[in-house]
Amino acid sequence: MNQPASAYFLEDRHDPNETHTLSVLVANEPGVLARVIGLFSGRGYNIDSLTVSETEHQKHVSRITIVTTGTPMVIEQIKHQLDRMIPVYRVVDMTTAGRSLERELAMVKVKGTGDPRVEALRLAEAFRARVIDATTESFVFEITGNTGKIDQFIELMKPLGLVEVSRTGVAAISRGPEGM
Amino acid sequence: MSDKKANETEMTGAAMVVRALKDHGIKHIFGYPGGAVLPIYDEIFQQSDVEHILVRHEQGAGHAAEGYARSTGLPGVVLVTSGPGATNMVTPLTDALMDSIPLVCITGQVPTHLIGNDAFQECDTVGITRPCTKHNWLVRNVNDLPRVLHEAFYVATTGRPGPVVVDIPKDVQFALGMYHPPRKSDVHVSYAPRVKGDALQIRKAVSLLAHAKKPVIYSGGGVINSGREGAKLLRELVQTTGFPITSTLMGLGAYPASGPNWLGMLGMHGTYEANMAMHDCDVMLCIGARFDDRITGRTDAFSPGSKKIHVDIDPSSINKNIRVDIPIIGDAANVMSDLLQVFKAEAKKPDIKAWWNQIAQWKARNSLAYKQSNDVILPQYAIQKLFELTRGKDTYITTEVGQHQMWAAQFYGFEEPHRWMTSGGLGTMGYGLPAALGVQVAHPDSLVIDIAGDASVQMTMQEMSTAVQYELPIKIFILNNQYMGMVRQWQQLLHGNRLSHSYSEALPDFVKLADAYGCVGIQATKPGDLEGAIKEMIKVKKPVLFDCRVAALENCFPMIPSGKAHNEMLLPAEANDEATAKAFAGGKALV
Repeated sequence: MNQPASAYFLEDRHDPNETHTLSVLVANEPGVLARVIGLFSGRGYNIDSLTVSETEHQKHVSRITIVTTGTPMVIEQIKHQLDRMIPVYRVVDMTTAGRSLERELAMVKVKGTGDPRVEALRLAEAFRARVIDATTESFVFEITGNTGKIDQFIELMKPLGLVEVSRTGVAAISRGPEGM
Repeated sequence: MSDKKANETEMTGAAMVVRALKDHGIKHIFGYPGGAVLPIYDEIFQQSDVEHILVRHEQGAGHAAEGYARSTGLPGVVLVTSGPGATNMVTPLTDALMDSIPLVCITGQVPTHLIGNDAFQECDTVGITRPCTKHNWLVRNVNDLPRVLHEAFYVATTGRPGPVVVDIPKDVQFALGMYHPPRKSDVHVSYAPRVKGDALQIRKAVSLLAHAKKPVIYSGGGVINSGREGAKLLRELVQTTGFPITSTLMGLGAYPASGPNWLGMLGMHGTYEANMAMHDCDVMLCIGARFDDRITGRTDAFSPGSKKIHVDIDPSSINKNIRVDIPIIGDAANVMSDLLQVFKAEAKKPDIKAWWNQIAQWKARNSLAYKQSNDVILPQYAIQKLFELTRGKDTYITTEVGQHQMWAAQFYGFEEPHRWMTSGGLGTMGYGLPAALGVQVAHPDSLVIDIAGDASVQMTMQEMSTAVQYELPIKIFILNNQYMGMVRQWQQLLHGNRLSHSYSEALPDFVKLADAYGCVGIQATKPGDLEGAIKEMIKVKKPVLFDCRVAALENCFPMIPSGKAHNEMLLPAEANDEATAKAFAGGKALV
């Protein structure tokens, strides 16, 4: 294969990409999120979704859930690169570690009157979305579920007067009695 | 608890810094004062256990600390001010991160209440240095300072070593707090590098080694970093197995260049026999190296027929560039010790005579050959001569980056670890001169030589003034070809010989420059003068700038052209215009 004048070997790899959900337990200290995000941007990894919150206040432990896409070799690198950071306690690949639960919460604002408004409310019931704000010409729905369900709900709301969406990103936890 | 309290002493943050340096056995630090570190400088003034070396530019302090660290195995310590002091440290920090050098850099910061206000000489030091350190800390409370300082030393020197930054605002330096000596609880519980290799993996590795027909050992800087024991065990491993060994640029000296199993350095400018052995081997034992792109060449054609064992202390080095069969996470010395024990108990030296015969044939190609001249000094000859005349002496070599660096690696024979200081991963021009300073501070009676290029050396030339101030008799051996030789080589090979900005039209007169600095200038222009001039350089007990005028257009071979595999090396004897053009075919500039 011809390669242009370069001091580097320019390889084009065609390994298929995979999407993985990683749970990362970190010490909750200043800059820890910047370290994690900086790692992803600095090394050219993807972040599809990112969720962070303190989960054990007493121990100053936060849990970061990252959904990322890459070749198997890149996913393996991401896990090792995260794991070697000083404030990182553990990295678990929820996608390969066994069955896990993934949920997202979204708030969806829909504006409209007449038939579309009725239709939006009917679909919301079917998706078990709750109405958390209403005016005579709008609703705000709260919906939880996996990413696919929320994507689908938003898709259905588009023709019915979708105004805006706010999503939390994915939170994940394993099934069964064991913790990470 | 009472025990803990008993050890605590009240003092200022600035005093804690100096006290922590003493508690960690630090004898020398490199730095440059400024507004935000004045309280610490005031403490340094009032004691004599820690000697401070004043550089001329913070980058010089960083590289000097790197040289100090690499030649001793101890952490190098740097003290600089906020803002520009910190940003000038970015290059040496990145350099130390790439080459796994333990550095502790203490930076001053504007007072906490001014942080974020764009105060005078303020910058986001932890933000800027986050990607170029192993870890960094901004200390907002003086009572956190002792813990952070102790953790900083621990993190820098354990696991895969690397640089750390502790950023201390000026008000924290003034504040009073309780100091305690280092204790276990200072370190994050989440930081626990793995030292011992997995026993099962080691067993698997031994069985692979014992049945190898065409084995090769490929060692790197990790062996040097695992301490004196590392090099000793590597030599024992080579002797016990009888395997051929090659090393990366960073790994030179771990196995002696005069040793019977030595193949020379591998990689882009490595020897033909080393690269061919890598390509054709059936079992590769990689210890403390990371399959860097200068080593592998084309990754999809890298050593296609071999089973690969990879020993590394950093799990993220495994399967990063090259997929390996048996990864072993652990410290190089520790794993080699276990490997040897199992090998001796369960295996015998395999018969690899045929493989050695094959290697002898490759060696016979004499890939480091060059055309000697009576009129001009060939750079290769200059280094051979330098090696000859310093052999057996207590010598340390540093380099800058470029052709001279590769020739130094090819032609200077390193017999011991910690004797060779070069910027491998980052390729920092200007590294060698300040690094030599640091080496000389650590080894005041040794012969310390920076093999330099005329372009690189000008990047940190101001540190000659430091050498004169502290009477550090470093020898700067400049291979002066008036070009940025490696840049020019690439332009010749890949960019149609259009030498864009790679010629230095206004070089200083290095002999006069030496005079201006108050050191000694020596020049050699003819091959016949070289020996006498080098002897004079060695004899002088002052810093020396040696202007060695060499053949201007000599290029560095052998070479793996970009996008090619190990078995497609371009040898010097074959590097005529036509062969070169063919080897680089596909390079659009040559069409």
